[in-house]
Amino acid sequence: MELTAEDCGAALVIRVNAARIDAAVAIRFKERMRELAEGRAPRVVLDMSAVEFLDSSGLGAVVAVLKLLAPAQRLELAGLTPAVARVFRLTRMDTVFTLHPEVPADLRLRPAV
Amino acid sequence: MGPMPGDGRGPGPATGPERPAAARSILRLRICGDPQGVRAGLATATAALAAAGVDAADAGIAETVLAEVLNNIVEHAYPAGPGPIGLRLVRCDATGAIEVTTLDLGAAMPGLTLPRGDPPRVELPVESLPEGGFGWFLIRHLAHGLAYRRRGHCNRLRFRLGGEATAGG
Repeated sequence: MELTAEDCGAALVIRVNAARIDAAVAIRFKERMRELAEGRAPRVVLDMSAVEFLDSSGLGAVVAVLKLLAPAQRLELAGLTPAVARVFRLTRMDTVFTLHPEVPADLRLRPAV
Repeated sequence: MGPMPGDGRGPGPATGPERPAAARSILRLRICGDPQGVRAGLATATAALAAAGVDAADAGIAETVLAEVLNNIVEHAYPAGPGPIGLRLVRCDATGAIEVTTLDLGAAMPGLTLPRGDPPRVELPVESLPEGGFGWFLIRHLAHGLAYRRRGHCNRLRFRLGGEATAGG
């Protein structure tokens, strides 16, 4: 479960460099997110554009990260691919998170390719 | 003479009377019931669906449902450690539906019934949001004709994917 964090001033951008957040990695994902994000910027944007598949364990882990960072930090999600977006939509977790089509431009060092 | 022959050892010869005439077997697979085994099984299943001409969107829905079903078996039927899971995918030529069968030798469904899969509650303060209970909701939302049976030591779950009014989002 490779995650990379980039400090972008007011926000911490964490990118998931894995195609799946599933039952095999859900616990590690949650622990790694805690290590990278806890006590850092109040706004945390999770770039999920590389994630092609998310199961209910993965969804539960993302919700768990939202809960463990609150209330001092806010978790936002960016770049949900279609299959991942469907799981959020069906479970209505899309109403719980702030979702961005991609990492907001003011948080990107390089222009999108 | 025994009342419960066969069926208890994973996928066996297809001798059941209920097999539709115009159906093609897409996959018969033995999966190791642990998270890595489920991952490998899903990769094999999605490849088999693609090879059978199932379009990417339907294959994506199938992967979600299969993941939830297989994860449930790993977590709840085999809580003490991995056990075997049989997976069978059959395509009905007339409707295009995928008929899925899973077999396992683990614990029975509580009360011998399938969970209701109520929609997750999201109108809650952040600290009270659910971190689980999504699996059966997704299964029931995306699959049709769910049927569970326990015979001897074997759990069998059957359901269909696609082939009729697709559950929208």
